[in-house]
Order: sequence, then C-alpha cells, then structure tokens
Amino acid sequence: MEATIWEVFIQSKNGLAHKHVGNVHAEDKEMALQNARDLYTRRNEGSCIWVVKSEHIVSSVPEDEESFFDPSNDKVYRHPTFYKMPDGSKHI
Amino acid sequence: MTDIEKYILRIADTTLILSQRLSEWCSKGPSLEEDIALSNISLDLLGQANGLLEYVSKLNGEISPDEYAFKRDEREFYNFQICEIENGHFGDTIIRQFLIDIYFKLYYQELEKSKDETLSALATKSLKEVSYHLRHSSNWVIRLGDGTQESKDKIQKSLNNIWKYTGEFFEMDELDKKMLKEKIGVNNKTLKKDWDKLVDETLIKAKLKRPEDGYMMTGSRKGIHTEMLGKILSEMQYLPRAYPDAKW
Repeated sequence: MEATIWEVFIQSKNGLAHKHVGNVHAEDKEMALQNARDLYTRRNEGSCIWVVKSEHIVSSVPEDEESFFDPSNDKVYRHPTFYKMPDGSKHI
Repeated sequence: MTDIEKYILRIADTTLILSQRLSEWCSKGPSLEEDIALSNISLDLLGQANGLLEYVSKLNGEISPDEYAFKRDEREFYNFQICEIENGHFGDTIIRQFLIDIYFKLYYQELEKSKDETLSALATKSLKEVSYHLRHSSNWVIRLGDGTQESKDKIQKSLNNIWKYTGEFFEMDELDKKMLKEKIGVNNKTLKKDWDKLVDETLIKAKLKRPEDGYMMTGSRKGIHTEMLGKILSEMQYLPRAYPDAKW
C-alpha cells in the first residue's frame, strides 16, 4: 500500500508532555489515529494520541550540529550549577 | 444444559468463531498496521468469548471454558453463520465485520439492561471494544465504497453476497422469547430498525447500494451451520483433541 507516513506522539498521563514513540503508514488522518492507537497503545500506554504527517516535521540536519549545539558547551554560566540544592528537593 | 446456559453460548460462540476467523489475517494483512488492527479485534472478541464461557462454566459447574471451546462438535455450536464465512478479500472481511459490529453494538446496549448482573457487566465491557471495532470497519466501508471504481465494485459485491447472513441477527425463537420474558435476554426483532438506520448512514456516505432483504440463511440457533464451521473447528480444536493433557 502506498501511504503517507505519520509521526506518533503519545501522552501517557494527563498533564504530561506528548512523547514521540514512532510512526505509522496511513491514507488519511482518521486512519492514522486508528493505526497509532492499534500499534502503540495496546498495553495501556496512553491517554491521548497526536499524529502529525512526517513531512510537516522540520528537523535540523547533522551538518548543523556544531553550529547549533556546541556553543552552549563551554559556557558554564548558562547552567544553574552554582546553587546549593536544599535537602529533600527532587527531580531538578 | 439450562436455558440460560444455552442462551449465553450463542453469544459466546459468535464471538469465539468470529475471533478464530479474524485471527487468520494475522501475518497476511494488507499492511502491517491493518494486520495488527484485525488481530487486535480478534483478540478483543476472544476476550469477550472467554468472559462469557467462564460464566457458562460457572453456571454449569462441570464443564470448563476450554472444554466448551475445544470439546464440542459442530451441531453443539450456536454461533451465527455469518461468523463462519471465509475471510475472502479484505473488503469481504470488512463488510462482514461492519454488519456484525453494528449488530453487536445494538445487542450489547440492550443486554446491558439485563437483570442478570454478570451478563450486564460483560455487555458494558464489550460495548467499549465494539464501538472501536465499528469505527474501524465503517471507516473502511466508506473509504473502499467511495474510493476507486475497482474498490467500489468489489465491496458492493461483498455487501450483496454477505447480506443473506444478516437475517439471523433478528430472529426470535422460543429460547429468545423465554429469556426476554425473564428480563435476561434481548428482543432481537426490535434491533432491526436501528440496525437498518446505522447501516444506511454509512452506506450513504460510502455511496453503496443497500441490498434488498431477500432469502436469509438460518439455522444456527438449532446448531445448523454452513460447511465452513467444520473446517474452522478442525483447526481450532486440533491440538487439545490430539493431545488432551497438553499444557502451555
């Protein structure tokens, strides 16, 4: 079957961000949603699904890697690492 | 066998045999996604059959759910004949599923009101699954009916061929009447009006022509089946019959 590829994002719980889980083939958006449901939420993984046509995702390319990401490497002052963390604070 | 046991076996067998038929698509679907979709539906139906057979087994007290599934012969099965027909091409399977899904949806909605609490609870659980199945099948009916000339011709032919198996949904025999009177069962006759309406809604969107109600197949309530059930059972029951003490 000649079909469009759609990227699938699943929200595992209300309030959490949707996470990319993979892609599916489908002819239209309803079918994309159903296929995503069948492929990626069979074991109770989600509470919401997004599907987006893969062609609509704009991605940086490997050649951009240096200019995009390296400059932040050597600027320690951009990272909040000089604070003392209070005891008991978690997930920071 | 008591009346209620036989009544539940009819639903259980319909879900079990349809599940077995659909499972034949596993690894042969038109695409990976659709292969999984059909297998998922098959597994949902197997779950429904399992719940119902467990209940019959509990009422009976002697026969286990597995024995119901694997140790009965053709004439002791009460599934609708529509579940037995061969999968054919994808459009044939979709039409069969579409016609049954609408029936199941309406049937379970009524069964939910049963005074038998277990049946009512099983109906509620199944209804969620069936709603999804119907969404899947009716979308495909529209897509294929309103698709290319070839897909339209093929699925119209599927519809015309399978239509004669839908009469059984709405029959009322003595047992149905008795179960209805005891407020356990469903009035199948009254389902027909809503079934027609829901079928028409999708057929119009799919630009398909609804076949006339003509000769209808019948017999499953008495254990009479098409020749295809024997073949299904021989495959489904082979292992437990050949190796009676086989364990997983």
